[in-house]
Amino acid sequence: MSIVKTKLDRRSFLKASALAGGGMMLSFSWLAGCKPSPKEVALGLPDEWFEMNAFIKIGENGAVTLFNPNPEFGQNVKTSMPMILAEELDVDWKNVWVEQADFYPERYGRQFTGGSQSIRQGWQPLRTAGATARAMLVAAAAQSWNVPANEITTESGVLIHQASGKKAGYGEMASLAATLPVPEEVELKDKKDFKIIGTSKKNVEVNKILTGKPLFTIDYKKEGMLVAMIEHAPAFGMRLKSFDAAEAKSMPGIKDVFSFKVHQDDYEHNFFDTTTHYEMIAVVGNTTWEVMQAKKKLKAEWEVAPERSIMQSGFGGNASKVKIPAGLESSEGHRARMEEFSKKPGNILRRDGDPEAAFKKAAKILERTYNAPYLAHNCMEPVTCYAHVTADQAELYGPIQAPEVISNTLSARLGLPKEKIQINLARMGGGFGQRAYGHHLVEAAVISKQVGAPIKMVYSREDDMTYGIYRPTYTATYRAALDENNKLLALHVKAGGIPETPIAPNRFPAGALDNYLAEGWAIESNITIGAFRAPRSNFIASAEQSFLDELAEEMDKDPIDFRLELLERAKTNPVGSNNDYDAERYAGVLKLVKEKSNWGQSEPGIHRGVSAYFCHNSYVAEVLDLRLEGNKPVVENVVAAVDCGIVINPDAAANMGEGAIVDGIGNAFFGELPFKDGVPQKNNFHQYRMIRMAEAPKKVEVHFVKNDIDPTGLGEPLFPPIFAAVSNALYQATGRRLYNQPFMKELESEITRM
Amino acid sequence: MATFNLNINGKTQIVDVDPNTPILWVLRDHLDLVGTKYGCGIAQCGSCTVIMDGNAVRSCSIPVSAAEGTKITTIEGLSEKGDHPVQKAWMEHDVPQCGYCQAGQIMSAVALLDNNPNPSDTDIDNAMNGNICRCGTYVRIKKAIKTAANS
Ligand code: FES
Ligand code: FES
Repeated sequence: MSIVKTKLDRRSFLKASALAGGGMMLSFSWLAGCKPSPKEVALGLPDEWFEMNAFIKIGENGAVTLFNPNPEFGQNVKTSMPMILAEELDVDWKNVWVEQADFYPERYGRQFTGGSQSIRQGWQPLRTAGATARAMLVAAAAQSWNVPANEITTESGVLIHQASGKKAGYGEMASLAATLPVPEEVELKDKKDFKIIGTSKKNVEVNKILTGKPLFTIDYKKEGMLVAMIEHAPAFGMRLKSFDAAEAKSMPGIKDVFSFKVHQDDYEHNFFDTTTHYEMIAVVGNTTWEVMQAKKKLKAEWEVAPERSIMQSGFGGNASKVKIPAGLESSEGHRARMEEFSKKPGNILRRDGDPEAAFKKAAKILERTYNAPYLAHNCMEPVTCYAHVTADQAELYGPIQAPEVISNTLSARLGLPKEKIQINLARMGGGFGQRAYGHHLVEAAVISKQVGAPIKMVYSREDDMTYGIYRPTYTATYRAALDENNKLLALHVKAGGIPETPIAPNRFPAGALDNYLAEGWAIESNITIGAFRAPRSNFIASAEQSFLDELAEEMDKDPIDFRLELLERAKTNPVGSNNDYDAERYAGVLKLVKEKSNWGQSEPGIHRGVSAYFCHNSYVAEVLDLRLEGNKPVVENVVAAVDCGIVINPDAAANMGEGAIVDGIGNAFFGELPFKDGVPQKNNFHQYRMIRMAEAPKKVEVHFVKNDIDPTGLGEPLFPPIFAAVSNALYQATGRRLYNQPFMKELESEITRM
Repeated sequence: MATFNLNINGKTQIVDVDPNTPILWVLRDHLDLVGTKYGCGIAQCGSCTVIMDGNAVRSCSIPVSAAEGTKITTIEGLSEKGDHPVQKAWMEHDVPQCGYCQAGQIMSAVALLDNNPNPSDTDIDNAMNGNICRCGTYVRIKKAIKTAANS
């Protein structure tokens, strides 16, 4: 049991009514399909709800509504965050109805989906909110029964006073409890007493998903709503010169065709305001198909854009000038420039011992370079957003991971105070980082304002794939110095990309080596990039873990034992003081994966690769088994070991892990977006190869380390290590090390060269 | 514009649209059946899969003019209470992540099992290969298909 102060999270306890005067109330007419139907709450719908705090409402019949604060994009926070509330509130999960909270930071605090942080950062506030409501129900019972509060216990939504035999459901006490003062301090449960956390609960929306209910922005509809599509420049580095809308405008069902600016010219950008095309053409009409047809009739001329610079604030705030260079870039040119930069000294990001001296006296140096291309996110729901903007207010419904940031952007663009802008959080058809960048909300809002009607903007798949905000292209060169006894003397990594370096300098193997040097560099570009499932880690893990595999072989060591030796050093006698990982937990997942995969036992025809990585506060090790069918690799099995502390919803956590593994294998094998003269060379799935059922592993096992550590996130950590598990297994299978992603392309070109 | 008589989920629906309009957009924009999703528009992703006369088809690439005289089933018409064996199996395995592709996946699976009640792994791979899931739920989809086959 632990006592926490509720004060810290005071704003979560603001009543909706207390805020009603200040801003626009939550009057958004919810989709019919999203309302609870009486049969979905086991107890049926109550006549009246009583609000305990922002997260919890209890009905007079004992039914409970829990609000999920964070945007849902498939990581299942809409189930797991309310599970944390329900645990401390002590209610029966079957009586719980979950609703998505609208964007309302005064009440909910952090409402951001990204960096695998929802559970980690929500853990304490949600437990506190649940425990506080429970304490208020206990206080209400104590008052009603005239007994001391500390003699009252609760059990699954029932208040009990043992001595007098009195009992009451939460519903009976809810109206009184809602009027009581919020306690200053509350007790949290002992972790060993958890009944909901750690037991698998089905996705609270699974029924709606399986029956095709309108859950996504693209499904949203409102009286008088028009459909809008955009036309953006065909290439990075180009802008609109002129256009002729006459023919498009004359097409059936078309209301308006116009160009618009996404931001004002002097706008100071927020962190997530990445925008590729500052001016676009909007086509607005009655139905999607009509608008698609009219879009084809647009006659637009585009021209090469000059260099420009914008003011943009960093993640922490401070604004700086960012240059957007001119030019039509190509992958070939990128490769040449990256090679050139790889040869020059980079910025020193970390230096331990005397790596240069160690390399000088080395008997042998192993040097390898790894490359990876740009990747498109390809969320299955293309970019879309609903907006209704009038002279004095704006209402948006859209897929957005970072509503807080975009509310500032919208306020600046629309000239409306933030409290006149209501953003409602849609279930997203994927996000993967891309939906943190809210340009689509601004675009939809500007279009709605211009046409004076509610609109739903929908990108075609082609618009979506070619818009930008990609995973950057990267390269990393690893060097190891070995002495005559094959002892590792030093490690050197130099890595960069367009437009950022992928290095996290204080991460393993830093801390495990006396002599270590990390250098980074970056090349600017007008191709926009953004977070993509474990940004930077998703590349550097693949390079580092492939290199460690090759190094282990060079040193004649088992790849897992080699990593464990390094981690032992980092644990017992770490080098440097800024190491950002816990060597023991890191070793823990390697030991677990070793055991669960029966590492060391070989099966005929099966080739294994191992890889491990720490990012987003969680530790993961993976072993991948594949066999060759002719020249084609077939992934048979993946075993993952994960340490993310307490697992809230085990089966859903495993699902997330399986998905990240499949996604990673797909990107490792096939993911690539090349450019020619600024034009993305793929614009739909006939060209952009995605992993499909036949290429997915036959089996995936996700094992969690059992401990009592506060939970950390899962959406990203299983993704980065799988790339090297793939390449290390492919090496075992083919005898060839692969250095260039996507591996299937390299594999095929190697095969044809032979 | 022309009038079309459609049989969707056992009901007759009359729409007045451009004959080239794909079934997908007729369902979504004209009939308010938005369970069928848009993902690519070129028959490459499977999000828009519906069952037409017993076969899984990509509704984004079939014009409404070709739909007259056929029987179309969408995710909304699969069962009244969401209890079709395939939906139940999907529920049991808690398959969806973001959920966007799942209606299409389910419709492909239903068509597969209607035509081949005991599919092998290869049969499943072949029948499901037109459906992309960016969230990577393939392993669970396969398990759910096997569960449904055995029910
Ligand atoms: S939308 Fe029809 S297959 Fe992709
Ligand atoms: S569940 Fe998200 S695309 Fe399949």
